Parts: sequence; C-alpha cells; structure tokens
Amino acid sequence: MTETEHDPSQPSSHPPSPSPGQPAPLSATTPVAQLDDLSRLFGSFAALRRIQYTFLPGKCYVLLGENGAGKSTLLRILAGLLPPSHGTITLFGSFTPAQACGRIGYMSHAPMLYDELTGVENLAYFAALYPRSQTLAPELALQQVGLDPALPRKVGQYSQGMRQRASLARVLMAQPELLLLDEPFSNMDIQSAHQMVALLDKLRQPGRTVVLTTHQRELALPIADCMLTLHAGQIASEGSAHRP
Amino acid sequence: MAVAIAPPEQPGWFHLVGIHLRKDLRIEWRSREAIHSMIFFALLVVVLFSMAFDPTAAASREIAGGVLCVATLFASVSALNQAWSREIRHDVLDALRMTPADRSAIFVAKVLANFFFVTVVQALLAPVFFIFYNLRPLGNGWLLLAIVPLGTWALVANGTFFAALSIRSRNRELLLPLILFPIFLPALLAMVLAVKTILTGDGSDPHLLWLKMLAGYDIIFMTVSLLLFDTVLHAE
Repeated sequence: MTETEHDPSQPSSHPPSPSPGQPAPLSATTPVAQLDDLSRLFGSFAALRRIQYTFLPGKCYVLLGENGAGKSTLLRILAGLLPPSHGTITLFGSFTPAQACGRIGYMSHAPMLYDELTGVENLAYFAALYPRSQTLAPELALQQVGLDPALPRKVGQYSQGMRQRASLARVLMAQPELLLLDEPFSNMDIQSAHQMVALLDKLRQPGRTVVLTTHQRELALPIADCMLTLHAGQIASEGSAHRP
Repeated sequence: MAVAIAPPEQPGWFHLVGIHLRKDLRIEWRSREAIHSMIFFALLVVVLFSMAFDPTAAASREIAGGVLCVATLFASVSALNQAWSREIRHDVLDALRMTPADRSAIFVAKVLANFFFVTVVQALLAPVFFIFYNLRPLGNGWLLLAIVPLGTWALVANGTFFAALSIRSRNRELLLPLILFPIFLPALLAMVLAVKTILTGDGSDPHLLWLKMLAGYDIIFMTVSLLLFDTVLHAE
C-alpha cells in the first residue's frame, strides 16, 4: 500500500462535483459523496475538523484511526443520522443525506434489528418500508450473507457473527449505492471476521461504494481500494491499497 | 428520444401504518412485557383503593371515575416508558430513520398499538372495578363507550409523543411522567368529570361539554404531535 500525507486545506485530487441543486449526471465519475469543510462539534469537543474529501463510486474506502478519531461520526454524518456543525455534504452529485436516504445503507456496531423477530421477519418488515421495485427478497438477502432464511430462531438468540450477517443482509436488501459499515468485524472471532471480509468482497458491485471503519487494518486490506487514516478529527493520511 | 423513468412506487401511508402496527402487535404478543405490567399495576391500584377506603355506594360513584382514570394513567405510564425501548435497543430507530418511508406512520402505529394495549387492560379492569366499588351507572352508561376511548387516546397520543421526546435522556423514565402529567391534566379532568356525571346521573352536563372537550383535546394534540414527530425523531 502506498500512503501519502493528506493536506486538509486542499481538495482531494478527484474530479469536482456539480454544484448542488443541479441534476447529477449519472456517470461513473460523479462523486458519491463530497465533503466540503466538514466539521462536527459535540459541545466544545471537535469530533471532525474541516474535512475536505471526495468519495468516488465503485471504490472501497477503509477508515482507520484510534478510538475517538471521528470515524463513526463521519459515517453517521454520511448516513444522514447526524448533521454537521459546519460545512456541507453533497451525495450523488446534488443531494443532501436526508434526500438520498433510500440510496444509503448503514450498518452500525449494533445489529439494528428487533430481537423478538426472526431474521426473515425483520427483513420483511424493513423491505416493506422501501419501494418494492428497489428491494431484494428478504430470503435472497439472507442467503447472500450465508444465513438460512428458514431459521426459526429469533435474532435475539443469534450469535454475534450471525447478528452482524443479518444486519448486513438488512442493509443489502435495500440495494444501496453507498454502503457504510461501522466496525463490521467488531466482537467477531478471527474466523468469522475473515468470513465477513470474504462476504464483503463477494458483494462488491460496480457502482457500489463501500466505506467501512475498522481497527483491524490487515483484515480490511484485501478489499480496500483506499485507506484513510483519521487522527483527531482530520484525515491524517490517504493511501491507495493494491488489491490482489 | 427522451426516456421517462418512473419513480419507484412508495408504499401508501395507511399501508405503512399497518406494517408498523402489525410489527408492534406481533412483538408484544411474543413478549407480553407491556400488557402484563399494565394489568398487574392497574389491578393493584384498584384493589388498594378499595381496601384503603370503605365508601358508601353514593360516595363510590363520586370517586370511582377518578380511581379508574388514575389507575389507567399510572398503569399506562409503565407501558409508555417502554414504547420506544425496542427501537432504542440495538439502534433500530436509526435504521427506521434511514428508510425513505414517511416517519409519521411509525408514530401513528405506536399510538394505535398503545391504545389497543390500554383498552385491553381497561376491558379486563372494568368488571373488577364495578364489582369492587359496587357500581351501577345512574346516567347513560353507553356514553362511557365514547368517553373512555377518547380519554385513553389523549393519554396514549401524548404519552407516545413525549416518550419519543425523552428517548435520548438518561432519566427518561422519570422525565415522561413529569412532562406528561401536567399536559394531560385537562383531558384527565374532562374524563373524570364526564365519568362521574354518568355514574351519579346528576345531569350536570346535559350538553356533553366534557365529551366535546376530550374530542377537541385529542384532535389538537394529535395534530401537533404529528407535525412535530419528524423533528423529534431527528433531534440529536
């Protein structure tokens, strides 16, 4: 992997996005997300500081950094779950995160599923909240992540690895163009984590952008196109990963 | 040639309410957390009041409306405190916030589910209540079928909204009654006086003003809650 220092004051070398409000051309070079001078404060603590970055379509970005570096905050802002304190974020050329919510999939540390329902019941519930033509069948989504759709067990009785898979199935079911994965390997044994990496690699599609955070750099290396290291709320370094 | 791309069809609002409601009822049917706690609490209040006082039949009619409403109120708070707990647990609320569907449907379904739970508790409580207090309505008893649901709706609509408002607070279980009780006071007053008028048959409310007040209260607070719910849901 080659790595360079990132100057937060300079825009990244990716092509510029169209100005907000204009219809986004549906080309392979339209940025998936454009962060412009983005900051997020929690009281007086700056979780993110003046981030300037462009995420391109079809790439897998891995966010690294110590606890409190701002990785999860950045993902929550991209997901539209947290507003930035300063700066702007433009998705898919001309949309705000709120406008583009149906095109974003977000998986957090928690499974974001009901314990009392089975995997299929959970996914069928969430699928019904999206336009029907957009979603995968819940059974198919579960099969994609290696879970048996006929499993009668409730999600509350799943192992941690199964919960992570079911959570990923929930995200994939909506066929998002931007996939945000916050610590997808956390609380997993090494074998399950490797299975998750293989699964993510298998699920990559042209045009689907993946942004994932992790502490396990080596684990994410096989699927990464670009590694970003966050330090104290800023992008400290950016490196391109050479995928095998 | 320009090709028009039709936007993907969004599920209808009533359909969405049905989806959320089915999910809430299914989860409650499996866990029975809310309904069990409400039944035991409401029964306890009614029995304790009947033990604490030994009223005559006339005095019973005077206080019974208040006891019924307060028993329902206290029992409901235990369930309303849990109204959003399943959505907070495992960050399910974030997943719901990210769906393109209209979020007000989540709120209406939650209100309907809570209304159903409280109504079930009231249906179980009513015979016990009438036996313990030796009651027989002297006024038009059928009006209770309008007064009690309207009062219950006022309680659960406000309770569900304020429970959503306090979900990010660490002291949410304390916060909910502190916000809910003062706001619910006009509806409680209307409900108690309307029930008392029917039980005593004193004819003090021939124009059903308390009933109309309850209906007005329901319309106003439900509208305000619906308008503000999306803001409350996205508040950080």
